[in-house]
Amino acid sequence: MAQLTSAQRITGLRATPSLLERIDLPRRVVFVAAASMVAIVALLLAFIAWQGIQLFVKDGVSVGTIFSATWNPLADGGPQFGILPFIAGTIAVTAGALVISTPLSVGLALFLSEVAPSWAKAIVQPALEIFVGIPSVVWGWLGITVLVPFLADTFGGSIVISLPIVGRVFSMPGFLTGFSWLAGSLVLSIMVLPTITSVSYDAFRAVPQELRTGSLALGTTRWQTIRHILIPAALTGVLTAVVLGMTRAAGEALAVQMVIGNSPTLPASITQPVTTLTSQITLDMGNTVFGEPWQDALWTMSLVLLLISVTSVVLVRMINKRRMGS
Amino acid sequence: MTATRSLRRRSSRGSILADRAATVVMWATGVLVLVILGSIILHFALAAWGVVSPSFILSDPSGDTLGGVMPILWNSIYMLVLTMVVAVPVGILAGIYMSEYAGDNAVTSTIRFAEESISSVPSIVVGLFGLILFVDDLHIGFSALGGALALTFFNLPLMTRLSEQALRAVPQEERNASLALGATKWQTIRHVVLPLAIPGLITGVILTAGRVFGEAAVLLFTSGVGTPPHYNFANFDLTNPASPWSPLRPATTLSVYIWKLNSEGLGAFKNEIVDGSAAILISMVLIFNLGARFIGRVLTRRLTAA
Repeated sequence: MAQLTSAQRITGLRATPSLLERIDLPRRVVFVAAASMVAIVALLLAFIAWQGIQLFVKDGVSVGTIFSATWNPLADGGPQFGILPFIAGTIAVTAGALVISTPLSVGLALFLSEVAPSWAKAIVQPALEIFVGIPSVVWGWLGITVLVPFLADTFGGSIVISLPIVGRVFSMPGFLTGFSWLAGSLVLSIMVLPTITSVSYDAFRAVPQELRTGSLALGTTRWQTIRHILIPAALTGVLTAVVLGMTRAAGEALAVQMVIGNSPTLPASITQPVTTLTSQITLDMGNTVFGEPWQDALWTMSLVLLLISVTSVVLVRMINKRRMGS
Repeated sequence: MTATRSLRRRSSRGSILADRAATVVMWATGVLVLVILGSIILHFALAAWGVVSPSFILSDPSGDTLGGVMPILWNSIYMLVLTMVVAVPVGILAGIYMSEYAGDNAVTSTIRFAEESISSVPSIVVGLFGLILFVDDLHIGFSALGGALALTFFNLPLMTRLSEQALRAVPQEERNASLALGATKWQTIRHVVLPLAIPGLITGVILTAGRVFGEAAVLLFTSGVGTPPHYNFANFDLTNPASPWSPLRPATTLSVYIWKLNSEGLGAFKNEIVDGSAAILISMVLIFNLGARFIGRVLTRRLTAA
């Protein structure tokens, strides 16, 4: 009876607009609130960009040298600010997380949208929302107390796979401490799971029911329908989900910093420590002085992070525009 | 005909087996999520056993005994309230614009682009923005106010989007009926749309609160990482940095405290304190989530029933 109550409420109102409304005040106020987000983004871009270029403008470091693999702010012959290890580390840890998380999340999204009876959905969906709410430091702490010791204890020695006759086919140094690329990727994969799942779920839900019934009427099994009809139809949506998951993984700071070991070298093996942009910023920002070249290099790294995230927003928009177009 | 026949042939034994296997795998992913969540809750319940007690929640941190987290928990709640005081009204107003006023034009798409951009900016970068703005340029230093504003920047898009969804869920007929009775647009929004959207708006507030409560990266460089002093709650002098009520003092929150203890790696009871703090955070997340669900459901029933 909501309609009736609203209607009754209305009859008690004067229909003449108040003075405030005649000067269009409500519209102006809500517009300012919404437009404040544009101002925040503009300010944020301007400030980070300004700080980010100080390394080149003020400290005279040439742009080419930051793409070296040597990071040594305290070197004897002048500091070296090669941020390649951090960029490579961010890419490596993020890629690892996506490789683990994407199949799981898409499987879970398909489960929720195609397979799960309503009682199962009513349990799994709230569980996923709680996943989203768990703070990143808690994931990091779980990584340190559960995952890292597990990796070190179980795969501490060199990992060698040998076949009879052929001999050694695969070998890899083991986890010394457990703090590693793989630990970072595993922690991140759980953190991005809800993002990729919920966006893919929406994509699968958006596929018209007729496509499913049409396919099933031809005698296909559910899995054939999913593989040949649903996944192709929802592909752009799933792609959007993966890009959003990637953005979140690349920008995550504390959980990653706690488990990857933070060694400023190029990623060599999933069992070895690496470092990322976010991780190094978190560690060094507090130990440096505002205006010194070392800190300016950290600002350059945050500018790189910012560019990554803006690029991904544009990427998502392009993917969606193509979907609207076709 | 041929197509049908070939599909028939494909959906023979092999494909039925594949279908069964796929079904099992998809069920397994659902079960995996529940198992992980269940083990996390169990893990922290066990880890916090013997640590979290009334005295842990109510006493100050201490160097060589277990101590407690009272001032830090206070800061978390204080920052939450300070952030929500700004983020909720601005977010709801922005949501009203996006749902009721925004046309299909360049202005709207610019605002949407901004909304999406802030949501995708890494939280640490938002924290660094706060660092330049509040600490380096405005010289406020590490402060609860700076932290709360940075948190507001970061969570405004979420609050806006959830409000917009809540408002859009109000049926168009309601607006039409109100306008047909001669109400103006703003009267319609205030007296018809907003009341009907209250359950959704409250859910949005609680979900945003949950995220604000656990956030740490935004706060490392805005509200500081120092261990808080003993708070004298009788000190209501808002300009005095020693007063726990002052927004201009550094305010380490529970999540930041976990990060700090872990990176310093000192203290005899470090693991116990971190486990206890993490258990408190997880409980709050559960309370926020279940609370949002429960309140949303109760209010919907109350407001839509006769």
